[in-house]
Amino acid sequence: MSILHTVNKSPFDRNSLESCVRLAAKGGAVLMIEDGVYGAMKGTTASDMVTNAMKDLTFYVLGPDLKARGVDEGKLIDGVKVVDYNGFVTLTVENDKVQSWL
Amino acid sequence: MKLSIQVNEGPYNHEASVSALNYTKAALEAGHEIFRVFFYHDGVNNGTRYTTPPQDDINIANTWSELAEKHGLDLVVCVAAAQRRGIVDEGEQQRNGKDGNNIAAGFRISGLGQLIEAGIQSDRLVVFGD
Repeated sequence: MSILHTVNKSPFDRNSLESCVRLAAKGGAVLMIEDGVYGAMKGTTASDMVTNAMKDLTFYVLGPDLKARGVDEGKLIDGVKVVDYNGFVTLTVENDKVQSWL
Repeated sequence: MKLSIQVNEGPYNHEASVSALNYTKAALEAGHEIFRVFFYHDGVNNGTRYTTPPQDDINIANTWSELAEKHGLDLVVCVAAAQRRGIVDEGEQQRNGKDGNNIAAGFRISGLGQLIEAGIQSDRLVVFGD
């Protein structure tokens, strides 16, 4: 069984991305939305946490929320996949459950 | 697939309402059924027809109403959260002796059981909040 985790907080504001990564089971997907997209940027103090978790989890980031914040896709951690809202819907369908880390 | 959506924040205190709206639109476009959208906590503020944002602003309450009309959405506002925040329909107006009501088209006021039912009846429940 796979779970889609959504994270909508910046890792520099709250610890929800850290909690999610620590507790999510292997094979899960993590989608960063709203201010959560800052967690997808490379070269930050949170980047290593995401990179290290990639062996167990697949990371996605919501493109429109990146664009709203002026974050260029070239600034993302290698391996983080950009999806639009259609991709968000597809992820909820492909995984068995959705857990929002609010 | 049958999807339900929970919205916990108001249109002017968090991005969650807009995210939920965008998600709902995308799900409908992809051909999924939206079983219910449940508005909880400050999310009930999505359901007043008296919001009058500037014309170049997105009118979130109106957009929900338009979507509801077009796709027959069931937009449910939590009654206890609504009472606290002054979101009133005709029934609540009479029951509480208020001089008017403000519920937006397509919304209805009901209880938490509607959220539980949405969780049971739907394949997925997606929560947007703070």
